[in-house]
Amino acid sequence: MKTVAELNQLRAANLKYVVLRKGAEALKDANPAGKRNVLVCGGTGCTSSHSDAIVERLRSEIKEAGLENEVSVIHTGCFGLCALGPIMIVYPEGSFYSRMSEENVPRVVREHLLGGKVCTDLLYQETVNSDGSIKSLDQTDFYKKQVRVALRNCGVIDPENINEYIACDGYQALAKVLTEYTPEDVIRIITDSGLRGRGGGGFPTGRKWALCAPNKAPQKYVVCNADEGDPGAFMDRSVLEGDPHCIIEAMAIAGYAIGATKGFVYVRAEYPIAVKRLSIAIREAREAGLLGKNIFGSGFDFDMEIRLGAGAFVCGEETALMTSIEGNRGEPRPRPPYPAVRGLYESPTVENNVETFANVPQIILRGAAWFAGMGTEKSKGTKVFALGGKIQHTGLVEIPMGTTLNEIVNEIGGGVPGGKKFKAAQTGGPSGGCIPARLIDTEVDYDNLISIGCMMGSGGLIVMDEDTCMVDMAKFFLEFTVDESCGKCTPCRVGTKRLLEMLDKITRGEGTLEDLDRMEELCQYIKANSLCGLGQTAPNPVLSTLKFFREEYVAHVVDKKCPAGVCKKLLKYEIDPDKCIGCGVCAKNCPADAIQRTDYVAPGHKLASMQIDSAVCVKCGVCMTNCKFKAITKG
Amino acid sequence: MQKKISNLPFKGTPEQEAALRRIIADNAHDKSRLMAVMQQAQDIYGYLPIEVQAIIAEGMGVPLEKVYGVSTFYAQFSLSQKGQYSISVCLGTACYVKGSGELFNRLQEILGIGADECTPDGRFSLSACRCIGACGLAPVLTVNDEVYGRLSVKDLDAILAKYN
Repeated sequence: MKTVAELNQLRAANLKYVVLRKGAEALKDANPAGKRNVLVCGGTGCTSSHSDAIVERLRSEIKEAGLENEVSVIHTGCFGLCALGPIMIVYPEGSFYSRMSEENVPRVVREHLLGGKVCTDLLYQETVNSDGSIKSLDQTDFYKKQVRVALRNCGVIDPENINEYIACDGYQALAKVLTEYTPEDVIRIITDSGLRGRGGGGFPTGRKWALCAPNKAPQKYVVCNADEGDPGAFMDRSVLEGDPHCIIEAMAIAGYAIGATKGFVYVRAEYPIAVKRLSIAIREAREAGLLGKNIFGSGFDFDMEIRLGAGAFVCGEETALMTSIEGNRGEPRPRPPYPAVRGLYESPTVENNVETFANVPQIILRGAAWFAGMGTEKSKGTKVFALGGKIQHTGLVEIPMGTTLNEIVNEIGGGVPGGKKFKAAQTGGPSGGCIPARLIDTEVDYDNLISIGCMMGSGGLIVMDEDTCMVDMAKFFLEFTVDESCGKCTPCRVGTKRLLEMLDKITRGEGTLEDLDRMEELCQYIKANSLCGLGQTAPNPVLSTLKFFREEYVAHVVDKKCPAGVCKKLLKYEIDPDKCIGCGVCAKNCPADAIQRTDYVAPGHKLASMQIDSAVCVKCGVCMTNCKFKAITKG
Repeated sequence: MQKKISNLPFKGTPEQEAALRRIIADNAHDKSRLMAVMQQAQDIYGYLPIEVQAIIAEGMGVPLEKVYGVSTFYAQFSLSQKGQYSISVCLGTACYVKGSGELFNRLQEILGIGADECTPDGRFSLSACRCIGACGLAPVLTVNDEVYGRLSVKDLDAILAKYN
């Protein structure tokens, strides 16, 4: 492809393949190819529950029914509502089949695709009205408050087909930038939009580019950070799996803005589907002339490569990531010099996160004012969150900055399951903190979270209920940072280890009140003296739980009790002799042989009740899970 | 992070070594591809014993201590053998709050091995991993490439029975 006219032709020619998914308005004057599109989620979540088999079965059943010219099956990226996977959507009706199984495929083909009658009993029940009619997906609680910018194409297009991306205005932003704007214009638009780094730090993207642009060097680089290490965060993976071309397009735009001709995407090796789709996308873009020499005849060259990470959390830190691309142990470097001056291979480099890049093409196409119109005063646009933990709708949501935590958890996320009480939300992963229930009306943006000792992080949002012990949670994150500390600087390497030992002591019931003060002091020391972001933020989970849940620490230290019933050393399992019917299932399942029969036969029972020897008990809880009579309690 | 080093003898085949040398030849021009070579070597052998690291060091023209340094830095590189069935329990946050810690402890009890160890018959090895991204199915574990989700301790025996 050599010209913008060719790109536009390709867009027009392919529109008919995607228009069925675009809603009634778009369909009015369109001439769609075929009658229906069946979209099946091919994200990691749904692939893990065998959506591949559903696609294969669909294709063969459709062929058998003679529908192959009328119905096309598209394997897309993530739809977001992972809790209901595998998910399948049929357009133009927009019927949302949840927990789809291969066995149900023939029925859907027969009744819906052939007979035109939606199998309403297989749909996500929230989309079915009481009279049996179907509610559109954007009217459901999960979707109605969402605004999809970064996830715009995820779950809409086939990520392995460049033509579908082009049909949805793909590469138009790159074309516009290369033919109408100077690099300075591009940087000004990004600056005016107010876009800030979505990887966690929140540094203004436009300023980052502006700092790098004037630095002269024979080779400059654009790096995309896809080393999504926060456990429980999967937004970057979903973008790469669902819309890889938008990252390629955005990186090329960044390259033009700062004068770089080479890009690297550093992806976690644990994301095989993302790596595969991105590789396909890069190949397709090269073949189409959208990467390579003289793109759109503008004289601008840009190409890129993928580098795989190998499971080191610290490599999410920008200087460590660059060290790793160079083939070394991924240890961070002191800054300054900043990467904008001396980054990858000692050359000026701009590094942005996947989600940051995913916003760029839309900002170019729709203007800085449009983007700046969303969000709060200092945090513009939208943010993608991965909802996880004790929440009804586990999945991926994109919402305007400034949406309250209450809306995210209770309205969009459907609240805590099982009638349990919301206790806290954890954001920012091992670098972040907890937002307690009493601050549930906090409007979520960069600055509000920082002001309560939390941080946005890359967007993992883990919900915790009353069964979660906050001391154990802090310990969990510290175990993570101790494991992941690269060892280069002492405050982080030794400090986090000492912090973990103190937490461990507390969960064993051996802590003192002085330990709490010493922990706080050590936290401040680690924060102030560590070399990189990993160490500087590692104490956050401890500090924020100490701040909001101090009474739980005190319960562990003074009363020697774990209120949530998690810390094993402080737990005791007991059998209520009057509820126990003496069936012995507990004793049979006990791995430690800690349960024996007593002489006591409760009134109305035939067998003597059982008893746990707490000296032998390993507190695994298997007895409690297996007791059908709820005779076993822990406390 | 301390890495367990295999105490079983290295049993590489000439075919494996030939495959490794081909990969090295393709990448030796660029020393920054060291990690990519090590990743592919691990695909061939299943782990990176010191014998394999020595071949890589010589072929890529870097000191063995650098290869060893990289292999011990990144969690993905394993210095110990995996079992025929490699069980990996996700201990990411989303799975952890849904009880994957209990799954991991119980598996250690059932199999009688610790983390990153292999049963004496070479059938099962056990490790913990960080978030495979299937948070919607939490808690999850994988056996080789098969993902099992929405688990409780009760499900473990049935899963293991499939591989016995």
